[in-house]
Amino acid sequence: MTVPNSYRAQPDDRGHFGQFGGRFVAETLMPLVLDLEREYRAAKADPAFKAEFDDLLEHYVGRPSPLYHAERLTEALRTGAAPGMGAQVWFKRDELNHTGAHKINNCIGQILLAIRMGKTRIIAETGAGQHGVATATVCARFGLPCVIYMGATDVVRQQPNVFRMKLLGAEVRPVTAGAATLKDAMNEGLRDWVANVHDTFYIIGTAAGPHPYPEMVRDFQSVIGTEARAQMLARTGRLPDLLVAAIGGGSNAIGLFHPFLDDADVAMLGVEAAGHGLDKEHAASLAGGAPGILHGNKTYLLQDEDGQITEGHSISAGLDYPGIGPEHAWLRDIGRVEYTSATDVEALDAFQLLCRTEGIIPALEPSHAIAAVAKKAREMRKDQIILANLCGRGDKDIFTVAAALGVEI
Amino acid sequence: MTRLASVFACAAEKHRAALIAFVTAGDPTPAATGAILDALVQGGADVIELGMPFTDPMADGPPIQAANIRSLAAGTRTADVLAIAREFRARHPEVPLVLMGYANPMVRRGAEWFARAASDAGVDGVICVDIPPEEDDALGPMLREQGIAPIRLATPTTDAARLPAVLAGASGFVYYVSVAGITGLQQAAQSSIEDAVARLKAATDLPIAVGFGVRTPEQAAQIGRVADGVVVGSAIVELVGKHGPDAPAQVRAYIQSLSAALAAARKEVA
Repeated sequence: MTVPNSYRAQPDDRGHFGQFGGRFVAETLMPLVLDLEREYRAAKADPAFKAEFDDLLEHYVGRPSPLYHAERLTEALRTGAAPGMGAQVWFKRDELNHTGAHKINNCIGQILLAIRMGKTRIIAETGAGQHGVATATVCARFGLPCVIYMGATDVVRQQPNVFRMKLLGAEVRPVTAGAATLKDAMNEGLRDWVANVHDTFYIIGTAAGPHPYPEMVRDFQSVIGTEARAQMLARTGRLPDLLVAAIGGGSNAIGLFHPFLDDADVAMLGVEAAGHGLDKEHAASLAGGAPGILHGNKTYLLQDEDGQITEGHSISAGLDYPGIGPEHAWLRDIGRVEYTSATDVEALDAFQLLCRTEGIIPALEPSHAIAAVAKKAREMRKDQIILANLCGRGDKDIFTVAAALGVEI
Repeated sequence: MTRLASVFACAAEKHRAALIAFVTAGDPTPAATGAILDALVQGGADVIELGMPFTDPMADGPPIQAANIRSLAAGTRTADVLAIAREFRARHPEVPLVLMGYANPMVRRGAEWFARAASDAGVDGVICVDIPPEEDDALGPMLREQGIAPIRLATPTTDAARLPAVLAGASGFVYYVSVAGITGLQQAAQSSIEDAVARLKAATDLPIAVGFGVRTPEQAAQIGRVADGVVVGSAIVELVGKHGPDAPAQVRAYIQSLSAALAAARKEVA
């Protein structure tokens, strides 16, 4: 395989990241997807669009989010490490964003694009509910009607977020098809879109789906890595040695990684959800999947030998998706980013560790990243730096965690 | 002349539209599908569209979603779908059979493998819902290599600028999806169908079949006055869902009513 001049020049003009990505949608949607791409190109080149995006991120979302040196966690992880080992752990604090996760960055970008395109109705899918809440939030902010598709299983396990979406004025439609989780919600979102092409904008929540979504979501989320890179240079005078982020569809991870991809000395680690274990039920598409076509793109999918999609499992509803963004599939195949996984149990341990050492209650999604950080830090020297994305806060997860720990609240 | 071409030529000679009937393979069970396909032919279907079940039928409405679930719950595998096609071909050497479905089950073992397996099973065409012309190289070249027609979809959103790209590389027939939406829900206005068929006919010599939301003999007849083919799917699939193993007789009677309506349709006008 030839090494590209830049890892940041993807996708090609057909939306392909190597063999992945593309526009695998029904003909009804194809003209819309092409139109969206044209409008996105124009918006990207328009300083006024960028100015409005930046202004909202600063004054509405609360950016830039802090870069935080987690000294107590660092010390805790050095306990039991070999002499001289135990890297410094730093966090990008995207859990401090308005609505509590990185999801809002992308929603701001997409709703500005929807308005620019004259669309008057917004739809979205959600798993854990974070993207649904972020979408409902921007719809309230801009006065657009909003329908959120959410798997009926997820509606039950994420009641607080369902209530938040309703408070924000969104209509939450439970989806009972399939396992009634995120992929089924995405199917229903696509069905709605195909039937309402004239007025509806589909705000996809992760860096997946038909081109230009993976590129567009990545660009909107790249604010995470762009800020973090500048903040790290300002604070320490150097770049981190390792970036770590959790991966469901992979939008927070690609947002952190992308601005660093051409920094050859910065290693990167994406952490998938290993659920009950990679030999049991899990949601690790790269570790346990194979290339295939779903939801508009070619990528790694959990599937059987006939190409039927299998159900993912993770304690984290936000990682419970049988696919992954196509850029991650490409970055893995060319070897630029390493991917690993953390189980439900490891994520729960990491969740509690962060609560106790830093006074931060993380969401279950970044708890997977923290689990990987805990392992990696001990293998790295004390002078090395790990930067992990704390992509969401854990308020939404306290019921799930309580149940997993056998606590009644 | 291919089986598809001769069926459309024969229908044209009889001044009627061809009747294209869809069912999901393996619904309610792989063993039961053969008798349902026979009932379609006996009732007067000219072309069979055999749906390949998929866990995530994104372009389908509730009836065909349910058929996919029934089929997969019955354990239908890709090998069963191909066996159903092969056995159909042995029983009905002249009736065209088209596989319809989603990309992932088609490309899972490689597009070459699928095209060869479909060809060996006697399949005449393939409609892949989520491979648009822009992604043709994922499957189209392999189908053409095996002499299988990649059948393209045109929709109300396919504008004049885009139509040539859709028609380039199309063969068999063009499937006009008359509604911007999912299968089985609403029917398009007759005037919009007539305009679309005229537009398509001006751009291609391929037969134009119209589907989505066609349920009654009257609707079929109306469309059959202008189109070369009429596709009926969800209404048949609902009969299968309702009657299960007893579906063939119901399906045969229903198809007869559609076929008779198509035979009479252009005479009424003349």
